[in-house]
Amino acid sequence: MDKLINEFSFGLFFWQLLIFIGLVLLLKKFAWKPILDAINERESSIKDALSSADIARKEIESLNEENQRIIKSARSEREALLKEARNTGSKIIEDAKQEAKDSANQLIKQAQESIESEKRAAIQELKNQVAGIAIQIAEKVLHNELENKEKQNKLIKQLIKETKL
Amino acid sequence: MLKKIHLKTLILIFLGIGVVSANDFKGSTKNNKEDIKEYILHHLQDSHDFNLLSYTNDKGKKVHFGIPLPVILWDNGLKIFSSEKFHHGETVAQIGKDYYKLHHNKIYKTNSKGEIFYDESSHPTNVTPIDFSLTKGVVSIIFTSIIMFFLFKSLADSYKKNNKIAKGIGRYFEPIVLYVRDEIAIPNIGEKHYKKYMSYLLTLFFFIWFLNILGLTPLGINVTGNIAVTFCLALITFLITNFTAKKVYWKHIFWMPGVPLPMKIALAPIELLGVIIKPFALMIRLYANISAGHIVLMSLISLIFIFRNWLGSSLSFILAFSISIIEILVAVLQAYIFTVLSALYFGFAVEEHDHEDDH
Repeated sequence: MDKLINEFSFGLFFWQLLIFIGLVLLLKKFAWKPILDAINERESSIKDALSSADIARKEIESLNEENQRIIKSARSEREALLKEARNTGSKIIEDAKQEAKDSANQLIKQAQESIESEKRAAIQELKNQVAGIAIQIAEKVLHNELENKEKQNKLIKQLIKETKL
Repeated sequence: MLKKIHLKTLILIFLGIGVVSANDFKGSTKNNKEDIKEYILHHLQDSHDFNLLSYTNDKGKKVHFGIPLPVILWDNGLKIFSSEKFHHGETVAQIGKDYYKLHHNKIYKTNSKGEIFYDESSHPTNVTPIDFSLTKGVVSIIFTSIIMFFLFKSLADSYKKNNKIAKGIGRYFEPIVLYVRDEIAIPNIGEKHYKKYMSYLLTLFFFIWFLNILGLTPLGINVTGNIAVTFCLALITFLITNFTAKKVYWKHIFWMPGVPLPMKIALAPIELLGVIIKPFALMIRLYANISAGHIVLMSLISLIFIFRNWLGSSLSFILAFSISIIEILVAVLQAYIFTVLSALYFGFAVEEHDHEDDH
């Protein structure tokens, strides 16, 4: 301890105190304050950038989710539409078929009916004509048979003969 | 490329420590242990001239190479003269009507013959004028301060020029500034109060560190191993601690809450003593560590010249080299410890207890 006190130099202490305090004040003004301020500013700007990047990422994520959702709903909608279209198509075809069948049936029926009536008319006509022809033939035959007296007599005789009383 | 050059320079400087320091001994003819002890103790003290090399020439006369520094004395008026006049303590310096002599790095007022008188315990009884000389230590402090000022100013300016990114040599110190803030100041003092202590803590750390490193160069400077310097630093820490202390701090010293009344009375003087012991320990720790480092290093280098044979000298060289490396670590470690403990004391001073009765 005695040695320490003996070694203590007041001059050195004085200069050290003076220079050191001066150095602290000078550095505070010209170095530490600007350095720490710059570092703080830089740190806060990095922090801001990071947080905004985070927000952007979250936004993108939510957008992606939204997109997925939209795609999904679009797909299901398309499916539903397709299904409906398919149903409608087959129904239309079915209906068309039915209609065609119906109209065909009707046509056939009409045709049959008209054929029937035509047939009947033709038969009627034929009957009439045959009757006319038969009358004409009978007329001609009778005319022929009854040309002379003799033949008339003969016929009468025959008819009388055939007719038994 | 720039980085490589910096690294090379540093390595060269540190490799030079052992080699050039050893140069100091080359001229010593006796090389005995007493001489070396004297030399080491002399080196540990502050000196009035910046001596780089001294040897004894063929005629048996001591030759010194170095820079004389200004001597400033207060002895019935200011007296300024060059330390050349002392001739390294060999002759008496006449300034006006007064005579001064350098004896063991201290200036004494003497008669014209330069006689020094001793008391029974062999302390000189001559009058000692108040010595404000710009000694080797003061010059080193000024040199370090200038380096620090320009280094950190360039760092501060580089932020403005380069869009908040550090550039140039100051860039290497930015992580350390951040370390002091994030690992020393904030954990010990707290987020709320640390800002007002930052300037002091940063200056303290780099000041001690740079001077410690400067002490390892072959220039033979020993500033942080000087009690006056460590006392000054510890005193500033002590003053800042007590002047910024909050009510809670003083309450914990004089009237410890949460303990019985007799304990309160018993604790007060102990706590009060602690206020002084804490900075006192700071002072002694730095002084002792750096002094011890210098003594060990110089002793090991001296061993090279005591052995004067291949095996012993090379072993001593290897040892001295390893110790030099360790000393580089100690240099930063001591700066760190001084700063951490200062921060811790500041932390005690501004501590706030929300729940006072929890002790």
